[in-house]
Amino acid sequence: MYVAVKGGERAIDNAHAWLAEERRGDLDVAELSIAQIREQLSLAVNRVMAEGSLYDPDLAALAIKQSRGDMIEAIFLIRAYRTTLPRFGATAPVDTEAMACDRRISATFKDAPGGQVLGPTFDYTHRLLDFALAAEGDIPEAPQSEPRTEVTPHITEFLNQEGLIQTEVSSDDVPGDLTREPLELPSSRPLRLQALTRGDEGFVLSMAYSTQRGYGRNHAFVGELRIGKVAVEMDIPELGFAIEVGEIELTECETVNQFQGSKTEPPQFTRGYGLVFGQSERKSISMALVDRALRWQELGEDNMGAPAQDEEFVLYHSDNIQATGFLEHIKLPHYVDFQSELELIRKLRREAMENINPVQEAAE
Amino acid sequence: MTAENNRRSWMSVLAKTPAGRLLALWHELGAEPDFHWLRAPEIGATMVRGRLGGTGAPFNLGEMTLTRCALQLESGAVGHGYVQGRDKDKARVAALVDALMQTEQAEAVRAAILTPLQAEMTASKGTRAAKAAATKVDFFTMVRGED
Repeated sequence: MYVAVKGGERAIDNAHAWLAEERRGDLDVAELSIAQIREQLSLAVNRVMAEGSLYDPDLAALAIKQSRGDMIEAIFLIRAYRTTLPRFGATAPVDTEAMACDRRISATFKDAPGGQVLGPTFDYTHRLLDFALAAEGDIPEAPQSEPRTEVTPHITEFLNQEGLIQTEVSSDDVPGDLTREPLELPSSRPLRLQALTRGDEGFVLSMAYSTQRGYGRNHAFVGELRIGKVAVEMDIPELGFAIEVGEIELTECETVNQFQGSKTEPPQFTRGYGLVFGQSERKSISMALVDRALRWQELGEDNMGAPAQDEEFVLYHSDNIQATGFLEHIKLPHYVDFQSELELIRKLRREAMENINPVQEAAE
Repeated sequence: MTAENNRRSWMSVLAKTPAGRLLALWHELGAEPDFHWLRAPEIGATMVRGRLGGTGAPFNLGEMTLTRCALQLESGAVGHGYVQGRDKDKARVAALVDALMQTEQAEAVRAAILTPLQAEMTASKGTRAAKAAATKVDFFTMVRGED
């Protein structure tokens, strides 16, 4: 434990004043605007929105500026702000089938209706530093083709038509909300997905990677990955009907995994699912792999004792704000605790010395 | 029903439009009707939901910011503003437009604000779709040199 201590106010004020100065950096360099961060560091903004669990690009950009680019600190600021907002309600579940796709690829079907649309991807770049970006310059406009106007169907639906993959049974159940009630175990798949979508990208990535390396292997194919905008619709009680209250960018990943079957059911592919705010491809694939690993019980698989199969391990360690809060608190004053430790070790040493040199002491 | 659908459609446009564009068009229209607040602008959040596998049971994805307000014109028309983001001005203007759309000024307001906003949103969506289409992969099979 740590105890409240008084004093240090002046030191704290001065530390914060210096922090503000360091944050600004060299005054000869132009100051960053929120709009610049929002437009030009948009993937950082996306990560802060996803893990901060609040979709608001301007706020996320402000948090990144305030935190000097420390992503977890920025996420912390967003989480803290989020708790001050009254909640007006919940939206209807977003219809990802109706997404206006900037990107849509499948690793399972080359000729999927709607095609393989690469979008603004880092894939196939050479990962060589582009020194041209160090200089200012105009960017030529990206080429355009005849736009697709039809809805782009989900690829798993084609498998579903043949009965080759498990059906996701639709319902209108009200999902549990771990921002309102503490997480209890065993949890449910909706709660697990809520925890994973706001979980730390690095943690979820490592958990997913561990399943690929054999710790709870589940043979995932990326059936589909899509990125784009969806409308958000909400019932407005005073109007008596639903309206679209906004539009958000999402990344959705559906994995197709190996089979489940039984004496009465023929084998079927199984699914993992990832859905994350913003353009968050790595996180969304990771989420789908970990979701699938955590479903071992429901799908009648063996518990291999793998970390990614352990709901308690994954869910209680995925949140970087909880983790950093507990980790960083040990740097705060623990003077009283440590004082008792000091006294204890002095006593233990005294007793040990007496045991080592009893004769000498007797002689004295 | 058609009236409700119309209102749904203009409120949706007002919610999604960038605040700057809405305010600029509103100033161009030059209408500043007298009104009183039924609910002063308030910033809050709504919990966005998804579905397991895209089609299954709902789950909570995360919140998004929202600003809402309600007002009444002298004529009695009640307008609601429910807009994305944290902008009280945007919510106020959205509610005023919603209210005016229920009065004789509806056609003028539609022509000055809703039609251009809708056109701009459609154009911007179309441009993105066209850029996406240009990144669609055309597979071809190498023809082997045997007859």
